[in-house]
Amino acid sequence: MLTVPIETQLILAGILFFLGLIGVLVRSNMIYILMSIEIMFNSAGMVFIIASTHWKQPDGQVMFIFILAVTAVEVAIGLALILQVYHHYKTLDSDAINILKDDN
Amino acid sequence: MNQFFYIAAGVALISTIMAITGKNAIHSLLYLILSLLAVSVVFYLLDALFIAALEVIIYGGAIMVLFIFVTMMLNIGKEKEMEKKWLKPRMWIIASILASILLVDLILAVKSVKLIPVNEAAILPKQVGISLFSTYLIAVEISAILLMAGVIGAYHLGSQKKKVKHRFLDKA
Repeated sequence: MLTVPIETQLILAGILFFLGLIGVLVRSNMIYILMSIEIMFNSAGMVFIIASTHWKQPDGQVMFIFILAVTAVEVAIGLALILQVYHHYKTLDSDAINILKDDN
Repeated sequence: MNQFFYIAAGVALISTIMAITGKNAIHSLLYLILSLLAVSVVFYLLDALFIAALEVIIYGGAIMVLFIFVTMMLNIGKEKEMEKKWLKPRMWIIASILASILLVDLILAVKSVKLIPVNEAAILPKQVGISLFSTYLIAVEISAILLMAGVIGAYHLGSQKKKVKHRFLDKA
């Protein structure tokens, strides 16, 4: 039986979430941005699992399954968009897609 | 049992750091798979057996392989030095500091709350299935609609029939 305090488990999920947040904010390669979003989704699901184990209720695990479905859809759409952007602009730099930017 | 948790947590953190700071996209994705496997060990230790299996099968096995296929299709090895040029310290230092402040805030908030442990048996996949298809049945149907929309959207976006941009965009 695991006797790690729940604070430590939540802090692990928090650190993983903020690593993903730093990745989204810092990187400009779109593959890395999508990967960081995955990390954030995963750590959010981890909080659900921790709470589910703590209160011995299956609801948290059910929520993780829904997060899994949302993640799958998000990855499919995101990778299709990345492919289209790469075919149009020949780069993965998110700063290159500035066609909506004001010129004045 | 506790030392396994700390080992898995350390592996997850280090491989996630390697994943988001890497220069080669394929290497970063392999580190991310390692991170997901470590998180799966954490789930196993938390008595979430079904979710640990799902994490390996769906995250590590399906989603990450999709990432790796797309990355290999794009063949983005030559952009390494460009990304290095974009990543000056003044670009990332402020964002990292602000995110770290938020992390410290979160840790203090977690530490200040007193949580009482409950001791009962572990949750089995049967309970998860019963809850999923009775209490959350409407959510299952909604996520089915979401997956349907995702399939149609990915098919539509992924098809490369028209090479011509819109006529207004050509003037720019």
